[in-house]
Amino acid sequence: MLRFRLAPDNMKFGFMRLRRVSYPFSAILSILSVVLFLTAGLNFGIDFAGGTLFEVRSKQGQADLASLRGLGDKMSLGEVEVQAFGGGNDATLRIRLQPGGDAAQQVAVQRVREVIEKDYEIRRVEVVGPRVSGELVQSGTLGVVLSVLAVLTYLWFRYEWPLAVAAVIATMHDLLLTVGFFAITQLEFNITSIAAILTIVGLSLNETVVVLDRIREIMRKYKRISMAEIIDLSINAVLSRTIMTSTTTLLALLALVFFGGHVIRSFSLAMMWGVLVSMYSSIFICSPVLIYLNARGVMQEEAAAQADRAKA
Amino acid sequence: MFRFPRWKVASIIAMSLLALLIIVPSFLSKTTFDPIRKSIPKWIPFEQVVLGLDLQGGAHILLEVDQNDVLRTLIGNTRDDVRRILREENVRSLTGGYGVQGRTIQFRVSEARDRDRILPKLRQLGAGSVNALGSINPPSIDVVVNEDGLIRMTVSDVGMTEKTRRAVEQAIEVIRKRVDALGTTEPNIQRQGVDRVLVQVPGLQDTNRLKEILGTTAKLEFRLVADPGYNPSDVDMLAQTDQPGTLPVEKQVMVQGEDLIDAQPGFDQRNSEPVVNFKFNIRGGQRFGEVTSANVGKPFAIVLDNKVISAPRILTAITGGSGQISGRFTVEQANNLAILLRAGALPAKMNIVEERTVGPGLGQDSIEAGKTAAYVAGILVFCYMLTTYGTFGMFANIALAVHIAMIFAGLILLQATLTLPGIAGIVLTIGMAVDSNVLIYERIREEFRGGRSLISALDAGFNRAFATIVDSQSTMMVAAVILYFLGSGPVRGFAVSLGLGILTTIVTAVTMTRMMIALWYRWRKPTALPI
Repeated sequence: MLRFRLAPDNMKFGFMRLRRVSYPFSAILSILSVVLFLTAGLNFGIDFAGGTLFEVRSKQGQADLASLRGLGDKMSLGEVEVQAFGGGNDATLRIRLQPGGDAAQQVAVQRVREVIEKDYEIRRVEVVGPRVSGELVQSGTLGVVLSVLAVLTYLWFRYEWPLAVAAVIATMHDLLLTVGFFAITQLEFNITSIAAILTIVGLSLNETVVVLDRIREIMRKYKRISMAEIIDLSINAVLSRTIMTSTTTLLALLALVFFGGHVIRSFSLAMMWGVLVSMYSSIFICSPVLIYLNARGVMQEEAAAQADRAKA
Repeated sequence: MFRFPRWKVASIIAMSLLALLIIVPSFLSKTTFDPIRKSIPKWIPFEQVVLGLDLQGGAHILLEVDQNDVLRTLIGNTRDDVRRILREENVRSLTGGYGVQGRTIQFRVSEARDRDRILPKLRQLGAGSVNALGSINPPSIDVVVNEDGLIRMTVSDVGMTEKTRRAVEQAIEVIRKRVDALGTTEPNIQRQGVDRVLVQVPGLQDTNRLKEILGTTAKLEFRLVADPGYNPSDVDMLAQTDQPGTLPVEKQVMVQGEDLIDAQPGFDQRNSEPVVNFKFNIRGGQRFGEVTSANVGKPFAIVLDNKVISAPRILTAITGGSGQISGRFTVEQANNLAILLRAGALPAKMNIVEERTVGPGLGQDSIEAGKTAAYVAGILVFCYMLTTYGTFGMFANIALAVHIAMIFAGLILLQATLTLPGIAGIVLTIGMAVDSNVLIYERIREEFRGGRSLISALDAGFNRAFATIVDSQSTMMVAAVILYFLGSGPVRGFAVSLGLGILTTIVTAVTMTRMMIALWYRWRKPTALPI
């Protein structure tokens, strides 16, 4: 039977040689992410920025984007962001947070609704007031911080410190690049984006754990070969699995991007990026750290110390 | 490892069948499902997947008690209480009036003797209640007396919280009555935090009406319109709803909305204008009769939320205990007002702080989109696994199918809500669930290439991969748990699907696949690895 394989068996590729390329490359990407985050910033959706979102479908023909945009000036609501999607008869209108607290949002919603109701079917309305959006920012930040702490704790218990440090660096790298992805694409950043980030943290850790587990196993088995060789052996061993899993996950995500509807498209795109980045970092970022940290020496010392204690 | 006892095989198959059985009702249409559900006992888990508001359409509205309004009532009540106490104790040395500043109400009682008499009573007003632990709560109103006789009564934080909490409790009752009157199915009304009420109404077409009904305090008062030459301090200048300008209305309230026992929309017999007919309880009827007979010929004002709806002239004494409110209503306005009056007034003003409404059309579109994405993802992963692993890929695919059935069964048994991000979570697990299979298979291949016998390679593959599977799944579980506790609504749905997916993976990808491979091994007695 014909079998389809992306990674050949008995592969012996020297991944560690590439660290001289991958490290500067990742460093540039990371710096770029931070710079973009600080300059361009994230395109915060109404969950975090507050405001009002209408999703409308024109009752006849195409949505008249210009006139929808004009509502902002006509009704002095500030800027109205209009985006068409679907066949062109669907659009979203986003109105910024109105000055004057929660009551002012409701007044604005009511006024806009009355104007557009004639020509459009209103399919979705979301209004987030200033206090609730503030709280969502809090809980979103808390979520990311908590997940990072949980990762640290988990790694602390699970691995000797050089391995743990390597895993932390890889996870942070992925987190940073995901934020950079949101900054460069200007995809709307909402509470579902936080869900995407936390899932990517989990996914990234998942990839890292698979590689590190194997490195630890091989390290115990072969005492004489160099760290770089150990890592290359391990990565080649888990490579077919890494590629397989990433492919199936990417296939599922592709289905979501193309067929899942516009509401979760930004979530799916971010997840795809996350899968790619965590695959890359588990191979090129996580493992070389072990060489720089002299993991081998540290762990042998630890093992020796343990043996001494056992003797005493 | 490959000796699989019969009972184990049987229980795994039974579990899979059970999962399939549990999800069957979800494929039935509402019209077939409902009669069956009614005809079988409650304990049988014959339920459908609960769809979130984003999928079935509906309104999610978060209301918050207006703290300023709570404070205003609290201060007003305190002032009335102080007046009563001063009257009861015959205090004549009140110099000047009452001053209100923020949370504080202050007044001056110059005679020390008077002060000594009233102070215990004033303190009693805000005395802390005894809490569940048997100790006394801190006072809700702090009373401070200056040497020159200035008494300052300040509402404490405890007082505000207590009052807010009580307001929310009452508001929930009122809101429930109001929403029920709209005739919607299964609204969800619950407290959130100290000062909020979450109202979720699935499948609602007219969210605007819901908002109108939720956003109105509906405090109804019958008050006399002041005579010309009134004293300004006894009168409120109130706006009118049916015409511009304000009307001087006496501060004293004749009868209040809480004395109503019924209100129904109807039509005026003379001009067939929509009106609301109401009935008073005995106390309200008596009081209304007394006031109207003493004031024949004068206008009185029907005041709703501090706006005059109408100010008809009293033609004769109204002693029958019922009456009619007219105010140039539309039919819908009359209907709404009747609902509001029947349900009673909210204890304080409530603001809408968050609103998310999804029309039924978009909900249906999202379900279709989610389904399509799930099918496409399933087919892609199915083919990919089959072409890569052949027979073993088929085992993984069977496990995947059971895995998805189990997620849905879990959702149904927990009666957890399936949202659009939840569907995304399930589609994502379709991609990730095979990870465990892949880990095992790749390990088996490796061990086999390393020179082990087939049976030993299979065994080692499962055993060595298991630790990594548990590890990698638990990292995802951490993300799911955090999301569950922090997210709300749709995101929480994602966390639930993801979490369930992780739990069932261990069962299906490890135990089930192992069983299938064991049975296959016994049946085919292979010598070469088919992958």
